Amino acid sequence: MRRLACLLLLLPAAALADERRSGSTYMSAETQAMQKDDTANPGMLWVQDGAALWSRKPAADKKACADCHGDAAASMKGVAARYPAFDAEQGRPVDLATRINLCREKHQQAAPFAAESESLLGLSAWLGLQSRGLPISPDPDPRSEPFREAGRRLYEQRMGQLNFACAQCHDDNAGKRLAGSVIPQAHPTGYPIYRLEWQGMGSLQRRLRNCMTGVRAEPFAYGAPEMVELELFLMSRAAGMTVETPGVRP
Amino acid sequence: MARTLINVPASAKRGEVIEIKTLIQHPMETGFRPGANGRILARDIITKFACTYNGEEVFAAELFPATAANPFLAFTTVASESGTFRFTWTGDNGFKQTETATISVT
Amino acid sequence: MTNATRRDALGLGAGLAAFLSFRPARATTAAMSEAIRDFAGTVKRQEGGITLDLPPLVENGNVVPLTVSVDSPMTAESFVKRIALFAEKNPQPHIGTYHLNPRSGRASVSSRIRLADSQAITAIAEMSDGSFRQTSAEVIVTLAACVEG
Ligand code: HEC
Ligand code: HEC
Repeated sequence: MRRLACLLLLLPAAALADERRSGSTYMSAETQAMQKDDTANPGMLWVQDGAALWSRKPAADKKACADCHGDAAASMKGVAARYPAFDAEQGRPVDLATRINLCREKHQQAAPFAAESESLLGLSAWLGLQSRGLPISPDPDPRSEPFREAGRRLYEQRMGQLNFACAQCHDDNAGKRLAGSVIPQAHPTGYPIYRLEWQGMGSLQRRLRNCMTGVRAEPFAYGAPEMVELELFLMSRAAGMTVETPGVRP
Repeated sequence: MARTLINVPASAKRGEVIEIKTLIQHPMETGFRPGANGRILARDIITKFACTYNGEEVFAAELFPATAANPFLAFTTVASESGTFRFTWTGDNGFKQTETATISVT
Repeated sequence: MTNATRRDALGLGAGLAAFLSFRPARATTAAMSEAIRDFAGTVKRQEGGITLDLPPLVENGNVVPLTVSVDSPMTAESFVKRIALFAEKNPQPHIGTYHLNPRSGRASVSSRIRLADSQAITAIAEMSDGSFRQTSAEVIVTLAACVEG
């Protein structure tokens, strides 16, 4: 199974699509219904926040996102499905939240949003929505490759006091129950998500930190290089799967 | 101001029973939960919701801490005439928010 | 591997129960009876004519979707005035009260509630003729694996 995960990078996604399942397919019918109905999905509240921020100037003499990027439905279509993506200036791949904050700092001369702030989650959800229904299409830049490899190693490496690797749960035991919840295959299809446990919105990195705490490991910091590497690997592993943002998860 | 999602059909036939769905961003802090410092966080909830249709109340709810965060309510009413629905949420710490939606009835 | 051995092997026990919010306090049967008495007085409540639709197995007690509906023509002569929900094991058993009237068209309300634990939920409707109806549904709340980091 673990070898399969590596092979995924080489094989056309469609050939394996039936083996891979989004986390949403493990959810109860009620939670699935909550995700599917835009008038009942609490994640849409954050999407609204993001839509408002998109066209709001951070200051009178500064440009709004929309002033440069125009209609998000056109300019941001498919963007979230491709991140993390290589950034030449940074010399490394950056996740979508960092990309948003780079625009805040470089192009709006405004302070970056804090990790997991409502504004950052709102904009991420708003951008994610512009890719909803599109296939996850990992960054094709070859310069991202070593980082993706590093992500794969992290995914397979045992960690924490409980000494568990991501792969042991999400490849070897996916579909089984762990203390009440089903272990999903860890595909980043719906992020940011409205998680019932959080009673709020959270990023993929918050989800990964939860998993790391779960095995009593010191979680990587938000935006840490390791986080971006893990994200890159998870996106490649889920290549071709459909973006569901804003997802709802238990 | 808290974000809301309100779903009212834009139009309906006279006499038709329509479903209205509302969702508002609110933590519904229970008052039973310890915060990061171990002390119990003060209660902060929405206590009342009301929906009027051209000024007349058609639905109301009293809420307690056991209503989930970001309260969701779906209910029905008979489409009687074109006009305005007014939704009001009130709660602890002076929380009050009103939103409107219109319907055309033929 | 069974659920139990898996859990033991991982050391992720019931201590990580999904529902942290309500842990400090818990209602008693007495509190439940009192809350119901506040709503329905001592009138005898009839079983039936009221439906509580709720998933039997809930993934997370923080958000439990439910629909309560009452058989009623919802006319000026005969309608549902109020519907209240109660949960015995919540620290405050009264979950909510919904006010309806003939203009509601149908007596059906959906919401999302919090449940501290697996338990029976009770719905009581007050009819326009002063009678009360009651029904209950059992819910099992499962646990989540990972805690907040
Ligand atoms: C001990 C088993 C275990 C380990 C180890 C573990 N996870 Fe998880 N993970 C889970 C469970 C269980 C869930 C689902 C929790 C729920 O639904 O409440 C989950 C959820 C996820 C999700 C969310 C999937 C979705 O559908 O949204 C991702 C992504 C994820 N894990 C990635 C990882 C990564 C990366 C690692 C390693 C750093 C890791 N996990 C380690 C058990 C584990
Ligand atoms: C002054 C113009 C300007 C403003 C304002 C601006 N951006 Fe950008 N944005 C750019 C440019 C130019 C790029 C290309 C990369 C670069 O040079 O930074 C870019 C790139 C991006 C990308 C990556 C697109 C891709 O295909 O990889 C995203 C996402 C993005 N911006 C989001 C935002 C958001 C969200 C805001 C508002 C918070 C915003 N931008 C504000 C100019 C702007």
